[in-house]
Amino acid sequence: MADVTAHADTQHHPVKLYLVVWGWLFVLSAGSYMVDYVGVQGWLRWSLILVFMLLKAGLIVAFFMHMAWERLTLIYAILLPPLLILVFVAIMVAESNYTLLTRVMNFAGGT
Amino acid sequence: MVEHLADDRIMQDNPAPRAAPGWRGFLADWASDQSSFKGVSWGKAMMWVFLLSDTFVFGCFLVAYMTARMSTVVPWPNPSEVFALEIAGTSMPLILIAIMTFVLISSSGTMALAVHYGYLRDRRKAGLLMLLTAFLGACFVGMQAFEWTKLIHEGVRPWENPWGAAQFGSTFFMITGFHGTHVTFGVIFLVILARKVLRGDFDSGRRGFFTSRRGQYESVEIMGLYWHFVDLVWVFIFAFFYLW
Repeated sequence: MADVTAHADTQHHPVKLYLVVWGWLFVLSAGSYMVDYVGVQGWLRWSLILVFMLLKAGLIVAFFMHMAWERLTLIYAILLPPLLILVFVAIMVAESNYTLLTRVMNFAGGT
Repeated sequence: MVEHLADDRIMQDNPAPRAAPGWRGFLADWASDQSSFKGVSWGKAMMWVFLLSDTFVFGCFLVAYMTARMSTVVPWPNPSEVFALEIAGTSMPLILIAIMTFVLISSSGTMALAVHYGYLRDRRKAGLLMLLTAFLGACFVGMQAFEWTKLIHEGVRPWENPWGAAQFGSTFFMITGFHGTHVTFGVIFLVILARKVLRGDFDSGRRGFFTSRRGQYESVEIMGLYWHFVDLVWVFIFAFFYLW
């Protein structure tokens, strides 16, 4: 119990850190629920949802999954590949817009 | 204590040389012509690689959902109303989903503490916290089953629903179903591992039933990685499917 700082071999950190992260996760979750409960709309809604989501995801990965104390090699090997999903998202946004356009042109007035 | 673990290299941390800071260390690790993830046991590295692949699975589901929702000409059902519950006469939007979110986050917190006490070799606290985590996970699955039952009674099917775009049902059952399956398997493995921890397998060096290997308390951390990932996926589902 003497040494509570990050070891190279084990992930051992003070309990207080986990409790603080836990508390923030509750606050952020309540925040994202309030977005819907209050009924915020438009750009503010999307940006708030995304900010709360990314903050929560970052806290979980960095502290609960101990990524903040891992070596750079593992961090990049695991965290960079998912960014490719954003490329996939961009491709499918273009595809969806095209599909919607053809549906509107050919099936005007709904399915 | 260390001696009887020496034959189990798969769970053993080699004493890793300290990494040079920043990019120099990164390049040295990858260019060393040895194992790249120094100081990371195989068990942990493989769990991370598995979670990376699972990220792509859920990423594909969410992209498919986005594509369906963006390309349909029929209005999408409003999740805020679909998932509302009547409580004491007032309609609370998304209330069940909010409770499920808090339950899952609580279970992530208890899991993080279980990992902490595992490394302190406090097997009673670690085991009980894992059982609490499993209990909260089971509660989550139970609430999900309730939610599915309610929606199915209201006429939601993978091919139709009373409120709008038909793809709502298929994406909903697909995404939450896969996530619920992950939670269920997590609960099963948590109970198995909690039993090992409480029995003191990682102190006595008892060999595993299936692998015939001796385990270490690092197993608790690896289990934790999976469990936190399940929570992480829910963060994205909650944002994109329920709130969007």
